[in-house]
Amino acid sequence: MSAVLSVRALAKRYGELRALADVSFEMQAGETVAVIGPNGAGKTTLLSIVAGVQQPSTGSVSRDAREVGWVPQQPALYAKLSVKENLELFARLEKLADPAAAVRRMLEQTGLADRASEPVGRLSGGNRQRVNVALGLIADPPVLALDEPSASLDPAQRARLWAFIGGLSAAGTAVLFSTHSVGEARRHADRLLVLAGGRLLLDGSPAELAAAGAPGDDLEQALVRFLAERGAAESGGGA
Amino acid sequence: MRWLLLKDLRILRRSRLLVALLIVYPVAIALLIGFAISRSPARAHVAIVDETPPGETVKLGSQRVAISQYATQLFSQVDSVRVASRAQAIAKVKSGAVIAAVVIPPNIAARLSSATEQAQLEVLYNGDALEQSLVRSTLDSAIAQANLGFSEQIQQAAAKAIAALLQGGNLGILGAPENLIGLNRIPRTLNAIIARQPRGQTRTELERVAAFAGFAAQNLTLSKRVLTTISQPIKVKSSLLKGRRTPLNTFAVVVAVSVSLMFVCVLLAAGGVALEREERALGRLVRGLVSRELLLAEKGLLAAGCAFVVALAMLGGVGAFVPLDWGRAGLWLVALAFGAIAFAALGVAIGALAREVRAASLLAFLLSLPLAFLALVPSGSVSGGFYEAIKVISFVFPFRAALQALDAAVNGSSPALSGTVVHLIGLTLFFGALARLGLRSAE
Repeated sequence: MSAVLSVRALAKRYGELRALADVSFEMQAGETVAVIGPNGAGKTTLLSIVAGVQQPSTGSVSRDAREVGWVPQQPALYAKLSVKENLELFARLEKLADPAAAVRRMLEQTGLADRASEPVGRLSGGNRQRVNVALGLIADPPVLALDEPSASLDPAQRARLWAFIGGLSAAGTAVLFSTHSVGEARRHADRLLVLAGGRLLLDGSPAELAAAGAPGDDLEQALVRFLAERGAAESGGGA
Repeated sequence: MRWLLLKDLRILRRSRLLVALLIVYPVAIALLIGFAISRSPARAHVAIVDETPPGETVKLGSQRVAISQYATQLFSQVDSVRVASRAQAIAKVKSGAVIAAVVIPPNIAARLSSATEQAQLEVLYNGDALEQSLVRSTLDSAIAQANLGFSEQIQQAAAKAIAALLQGGNLGILGAPENLIGLNRIPRTLNAIIARQPRGQTRTELERVAAFAGFAAQNLTLSKRVLTTISQPIKVKSSLLKGRRTPLNTFAVVVAVSVSLMFVCVLLAAGGVALEREERALGRLVRGLVSRELLLAEKGLLAAGCAFVVALAMLGGVGAFVPLDWGRAGLWLVALAFGAIAFAALGVAIGALAREVRAASLLAFLLSLPLAFLALVPSGSVSGGFYEAIKVISFVFPFRAALQALDAAVNGSSPALSGTVVHLIGLTLFFGALARLGLRSAE
């Protein structure tokens, strides 16, 4: 089975600061991969490079930025425009063949059809995040990159979001997301990428990470132990 | 670009308060500056106490000059308030009803007539340092003008007395002989007598007297001209070396329109770029949907277009009250367009560097207002080194160039429009490059 996304030897420097170093991995269609690690591990940098928001210092991403749907951590929306106008704008900028149909599809998929003409600035945080996700999906990309998508949501909104993402994954979209919640990663990801200090320390299943812990450890404790053993826990450890 | 433009216009339409502020504030500032430049300062309220007896005159030979004429001259220079006594004048100064009082003392005529003592006026004032400075400069100027007018009266009286001495006739002085021979006629009369005299001591003496009379007459004629010269030793003849003579009111229009153009353009462009970052949409846009250059161009064109419309409407509106040469309207469009584009480039650079709308707006204000004032500082009004620094600052920002372009377009003044347009294009490229640099990161 050929990879839908290949990331090769990715590195990013900000002057003297190393944000990413030699990160490589692949993703298959329909696969859901979680990027976890302490604060400052390089999770957002990795996702924004995959999405084409930033350019890497060295290394490569197999997909063009336009083929990766991007859902930033904070909703990137125009507050003065309505839900429909935001979707329409990006459908036009994506040069979709039938922008109106794409807007209709996203309004239905995200359950926002009845709020279509409401200004985004008046929506709740959860609904704003749904529009944010809808914008990432409007061009029907084969890969979707989400940076901490559930960070600002309440439990019910979070559950709806993951159900929606699960549906995308089942339909063949490769989903790459970052999260601070190890439990969320275990529940929703097929594979984990553990980053610390810009380096990829583990690329494996939740079970492989659990094996790094002591008997009786939950996955979060296992991650803390795993990072501590590699001298990376003190850089954050909040994952 | 079309969809981005439509999006921004839609957002602008829904930000009515912002649009109102963007238009009303710069127009208000522009009108204030315009009024300040075009209107001469209001005349100072000054109390004047004339303590001289009614009909008091200064005697110059046979002529008399009324002291009241001096008071009239002084009144014409200020917004005068006549008061009856020194005490009333002091009360008015203390209450702030007038900024100063001038007391013309009763002995002024006697002192002027004595030709040995200088006449003196008394000036009373209070207030803070700024007010005192204003009073001193206002009164110095007013009194100098009144002195000049009064000295002209004295000079005319003196000239009349000299003319009587030269031409002869009645001097009009009590006790003076009537039908006097004029100094001009003495040499001719004497020469006729001398011609009938035999050579000898008497004839020689008469010849010396005739020569002196001729010399005296010539010099008295000259002294009339000297009197004129003394009353106004230096006359001013001004020549304009380049450009056209620009009326102050049309220049004020140009300043007001340039200020509006700058504020609307810089604020809108800076806010537009910063808003993309603040809404976090920049990252989404520049990942292959829109290039950074196109995004900057769109923000710049939108701001320049809006500012162009506001400035043109303002120019047309003011043109209804101030005489403008409508035959040059084509040149106005050129100057406004290039000025707007240069201001837009400055605005997008501010927006790209400031990152937040509030910071961008603040920076735009902080930069624009001093730029306008610096560009209006006339040469010679500040020290040479400081003026050179002002010139450099004004050169690297678009306000002075835009002002000169519009002044050239509206008033035909120098430097020529073509030169200032080239300058504006250079500044557009410079600030455009700076904006692109500021937009390197989409974070």
